[in-house]
Amino acid sequence: MIYREAGQFKTTYASDQAIFPVVQDRWVVAALLVAAFVVPTALASDYWLQAILIPFLIYALAALGLNILTGYAGQLSLGTGGFMAVGGYAAFKLTSVFPGVNILIIFLAAGLFAAAVGLAFGLPSLRIKGFYLAVATLAAQFFLIWLFNKVAWFSNYAPSGTITAPPRTVFGLMVTGPQATPEARYVVALGLAVVFALVAKNLVRGRVGRSWMAIRDRDIAAEIIGVRPLRTKLLAFGISSFYCGVAGAAYVFLYLGSAETLAFDINLSFLVLFMVIIGGLGSILGSFLGAAFIVMVPIFLTNAPHALGVSLPVALLKQIELMIFGGLILFFLIVEPHGLARLWQITKEKLRLWPFPH
Amino acid sequence: MLSVLHAVFVAPFVDMATAPTFLAEVLIGGIAAGLMYSLVALGFVLIFKASGVFNFAQGVMVLFAALTLVGLMEKGLHVVVALLATVVVMIALAFGIERVVLRPLVNQAPIILFMATIGLNFFLEGLGEMLWGANVKRLDVGIPDESVKLAGILINKLEMSAAATAAVLVAVLAVFFQRTRIGRALRAVADDHEAALSIGIPLKTIWVVVWAVAGLVAIATGVMWGAKSGVQFSLSLIALKALPVLILGGFTSVPGAIVGGLIIGTGEKLGEVYWGPLVGGAIENWFAYVLALVFLVFRPQGLFGERIIERV
Repeated sequence: MIYREAGQFKTTYASDQAIFPVVQDRWVVAALLVAAFVVPTALASDYWLQAILIPFLIYALAALGLNILTGYAGQLSLGTGGFMAVGGYAAFKLTSVFPGVNILIIFLAAGLFAAAVGLAFGLPSLRIKGFYLAVATLAAQFFLIWLFNKVAWFSNYAPSGTITAPPRTVFGLMVTGPQATPEARYVVALGLAVVFALVAKNLVRGRVGRSWMAIRDRDIAAEIIGVRPLRTKLLAFGISSFYCGVAGAAYVFLYLGSAETLAFDINLSFLVLFMVIIGGLGSILGSFLGAAFIVMVPIFLTNAPHALGVSLPVALLKQIELMIFGGLILFFLIVEPHGLARLWQITKEKLRLWPFPH
Repeated sequence: MLSVLHAVFVAPFVDMATAPTFLAEVLIGGIAAGLMYSLVALGFVLIFKASGVFNFAQGVMVLFAALTLVGLMEKGLHVVVALLATVVVMIALAFGIERVVLRPLVNQAPIILFMATIGLNFFLEGLGEMLWGANVKRLDVGIPDESVKLAGILINKLEMSAAATAAVLVAVLAVFFQRTRIGRALRAVADDHEAALSIGIPLKTIWVVVWAVAGLVAIATGVMWGAKSGVQFSLSLIALKALPVLILGGFTSVPGAIVGGLIIGTGEKLGEVYWGPLVGGAIENWFAYVLALVFLVFRPQGLFGERIIERV
């Protein structure tokens, strides 16, 4: 970076293994975190919070989950939408049965339900690999959506089949339901994203994460050196689905307000997969960058012709948007197949040596 | 409990035995639908075999081909001329894809190439609809969508001609792969990229050829599906229908795509008609996937896929 880390010696193992070993990095991250909590709550308009920041955080959470499974453990999954639906519907059922329980605990419990379902659908991964597994996870996607659509019990027999977030408070502050302010929902979403990102970071650099990566890189070799494939793969499926489940609950309760199964269809699975790939497979930061990219691009594309003063028919605009979106994905894959996180890493290394690159 | 078991394991078979004509109709409908799935799956298999790319855009290529054909016909061109023009467009598309997408991404991980084809998917969808409009179009190929009675069994003419097309297409492809020079080169590339390169097979040309062939298969698929259900956006979703066929038959096997299609088609129809009502219907979205999943647990490489041999 533009600052120098000269003179910072690591004298203990703990300091050598810190997530941010450089003092300046720690300060920057701390400042960013404080700013993330304070600035948008104070300054951002409802539109920014509601349409950009809240979905960004929730998608980032889901992308974290998929990144654990696909980026770290190497198991390609197209069932993210289904697992998020489990989280959303489980949270809805749980909070209508136990209205007094803190909604954050409900979110975590919903995550556990999603984890259980994820484990069940992860079982075939022991025999099926690669694209065969990806198509097999589509079975989870289609089956779960069909189930929630068909069984009215999941939506408390609502005639329209929609689930609506009831008003719930956390420490006296209304965070879900129609009366909750966007600021409150933003803070909850940000808290979830930060905590889960920290947990994920620690998981992937520890023993568990290393065994995931060993399985990803060459599963037979990993098995020979003593990594148990059954436990490792299922753990990845479980934890990943847990993340997706919490994200799904937050998706309904903090972002959409009310949802039907259509919100969790196959497109959501692809969207989250895009975030993971564009952001960077096997990178925590990448999940956030990818989510930001995928959330921002359509908004930018929708507003760009308006800002330029060009008026086009809506249908044509939609098609051009689609083309540019597809083109951008291709462009980014060609420029840097390892994602935005890798671009950031390269920039950082360049800046570290700048202005004397030798 | 007993009544549930009865309803699942006994009653459907009793229904089948008591109404054999109806069963035959269901089976024939299933076989016809299955061959239509096979047509889509065939496009996937061709590309996966020769370049290892899991081409998610095959469904949109079908839509794009059908849209182009219908669009040109609406412009007043004769069917044959429009068809030839569409063939040219699909071949040009193959060249474009090779140049713009595949060549820069050579040697990347399969998942990156898979993602690239999804990007391509969006791009082609937008382009097709921008050029030819998004409204539903009718495609009239001169075969009426009506049924005739044959030995007491209702048979749909259109489905039968689709089945015949699929059969002819597979036969032609088989000859192309086994008997022609370029077909041999394709198989060599499928076996081993590096070895093929080292004996002087031009990889770039081969890629253009497979994508062009997949484009031609997409035209045939588009014509058949378009004549059946109209040319519209939902045509691209048949890719999702073809995926279970693909994993059932194996990604690398042309006969697998056909047999897989038949199994999925008949299984889906039988399940829908005899077991669907038990769970409230609309099971066609996932039934094929679960069927394929069950098969996969016993044969992880699909029915006809190459045996997966793992080395460290």
